[in-house]
Amino acid sequence: MRIKLLAAALAGAGLLAGNAHAQTEIQWWHSMTGALGDKVNEIANGFNASQKEYKVVPVFKGSYPESMTAAIAAFRAGNPPHILQVFEVGTATMMAAKGAIKPVYQMMKDAGEPFDPRNYLAAVAGYYTDPKGNLLSMPFNSSTSVFYVNKDAFKKAGLDPEKAPRTWKDFAAAAGKLKAAGQACVYTTGWPSWVHVENFSAWHNLPIGTRENGFGGMDTVFTVNSPQHVAHVAMLADFAKKGWFTYSGRRNEAEAKFFSGECSMLTSSSAAQANIRRNAKFEFSVNFLPYNDEIKGAPQNSIIGGATLWVMSGKKPDEYKGVTKLFSFLSSPDVQAGWHQSTGYVPITNAAYELTRKAGYYERNPGTDVAIRQLNYKAPTENSKGLRFGNFVQGREVIEEEMEAVFAGKKDAKAAMDDAVRRANDILRKFEAANK
Amino acid sequence: MEKRVVFRSAWLPFALVAPQIAVTIIFFFWPAAQAIWFSFQLQDAFGLKTQFVGAANFLALLQDAHYLKSFRITALFSILVAFLGIAISLLLATMADRVVRGALAYKTLLIWPYAVAPAVAGVLWAFLFAPSVGIITYALKQIGIEWNWVLQGDQAMLLVVIAAVWKQISYNFLFFLAGLQSIPRSLVEAAAIDGAGPARRFWTVVFPLLSPTTFFLLVVNIVYAFFDTFGVIDATTQGGPAGATQILVYKVYYDGVKAADLGGSSAQSAILMAIVIALTVVQFRFIERKVQY
Repeated sequence: MRIKLLAAALAGAGLLAGNAHAQTEIQWWHSMTGALGDKVNEIANGFNASQKEYKVVPVFKGSYPESMTAAIAAFRAGNPPHILQVFEVGTATMMAAKGAIKPVYQMMKDAGEPFDPRNYLAAVAGYYTDPKGNLLSMPFNSSTSVFYVNKDAFKKAGLDPEKAPRTWKDFAAAAGKLKAAGQACVYTTGWPSWVHVENFSAWHNLPIGTRENGFGGMDTVFTVNSPQHVAHVAMLADFAKKGWFTYSGRRNEAEAKFFSGECSMLTSSSAAQANIRRNAKFEFSVNFLPYNDEIKGAPQNSIIGGATLWVMSGKKPDEYKGVTKLFSFLSSPDVQAGWHQSTGYVPITNAAYELTRKAGYYERNPGTDVAIRQLNYKAPTENSKGLRFGNFVQGREVIEEEMEAVFAGKKDAKAAMDDAVRRANDILRKFEAANK
Repeated sequence: MEKRVVFRSAWLPFALVAPQIAVTIIFFFWPAAQAIWFSFQLQDAFGLKTQFVGAANFLALLQDAHYLKSFRITALFSILVAFLGIAISLLLATMADRVVRGALAYKTLLIWPYAVAPAVAGVLWAFLFAPSVGIITYALKQIGIEWNWVLQGDQAMLLVVIAAVWKQISYNFLFFLAGLQSIPRSLVEAAAIDGAGPARRFWTVVFPLLSPTTFFLLVVNIVYAFFDTFGVIDATTQGGPAGATQILVYKVYYDGVKAADLGGSSAQSAILMAIVIALTVVQFRFIERKVQY
């Protein structure tokens, strides 16, 4: 009854009043803003129009941490939504909350819905799979970090615009020339920890933490103070000193600096493409992340970011049935391909990828398949299938704080990464104790 | 002879204060007690498992160098905000008090910022000082100052102090103006006849007479800097870079709400509560004695 009341309040009484059928309501809390939010509503409307029994109500609940907090509060009050969109760093927290979530594979089995996790892209599904290979949450919006280059700026600096730097050595050579050509901001990055620690590790097949990056158990410890990690952070600090690297903040602030033309190179989410295409008044290319060719085995494959849909526990079987129907609808090739093409997120199923490829979309829109090719570059290893660290919201923050200290010239890379590991490990131990 | 009104009824006075007491208990004492109770516990995010861990949360905090650094940052921030906020508004109030023509317009304009929500004030200043698009950043670049508070901790601190002070000046201004207007003209005029210049008149006559107001504002501003500046910080630096603007109350919010670490966050708020109680006691016991009412 309370769910009904809430739904009525949220959806507006008018929407429900005229409805004679007793439809089962499904609450879907998400964090998609702007065009992405419109797309979520479009998917929900598409689903609602496709059948009569269930009605999905998408509700925007603020940023990722905000909607997660809201759902936790709602759960404590005994009234969580059916579906909650949770960002990738919240995965371990959700997984550990055994009584609060309903694993997707379990729900599919209970409802008798045909479901084969192998249809999903390995690099995406692997991140959200338990050690037995069971999918716990439904992949939804996944991206990876890619490397954007302003081709016009390259031309101006006398560089070949068709040849984006592939290694960090190439990168340094290009950066020097761009700087000499008067480029005020040569390079910047969004999501510093995600790009330069998490994806750096996967791309070079280096562990982020022990126990298969935390997949193997909660007694994991971070290993991001390895000589290779320290050398990478030190290299960035050196770039910063030379004026080749401008730090822009912990989120996607850097993207605006790239599409305004202020910075000529950018590493950030592949999902930024749509926005960059809309705003940039220059030619740009989307490329693989640069790699360090001194590290053996690089490049490997990159890891995803973004979010998945978690199903909360304590709902009626009929409601779960509706959720399974929605998930099947979501993963259908047409819906997925549409989502992929309009948002820049990677398609979550192989079928959607094939559909998009066969339709010639990637030839018409160069760069849109870079993310998926990078994710699939090699078969994921235990270092590159993802990460699973408890309270990683805090852990990532610690890593970023320490990196900022290095970029500001206040700390050397070794000391900072040692501190990051020590502090982040304390957070892991606390999580382990709380979830014993 | 003082005339006192006495209630004849035994229960009526209690009934009359009961709503106030009830509000205080429900909205202040009850949550405070709950925070203290949570501070001895370790809970997972969803509250599925709860363990009593004694003082472990507190010990972990005291061993955390970054938490201790947060104390220094809070002290610096509060002193800067309280001092600058009081000094600037005192200057403005003194000036406005002397203005004869258009006094109302000046006063209204000075009071305006108080109506702005802290978060909006933060965003406003963040825009002006934005590392690549801000107008002030642009001006600073012209005179050769590299401005990037996203990376430079000192600049980030300066930004939040400016935003927090700007927001509080109106409030202080109002009180100072009222204080100034209640100072008898005859005292100031007498000092002037004795040959004291404006500066001397201010420091020997006006300022001591304003001391109750100044003291009151000191208490209010310190509390403001400790708690209410949260919105300013959340809208601008979010505690960064490298924790340079991570004041205690922001860390409480971050750990509790964003990181879902209820025990650690409650322990911090218990400590914060103790600090503010101690500060207020000190202020009233030692500083208030020097105040002439």
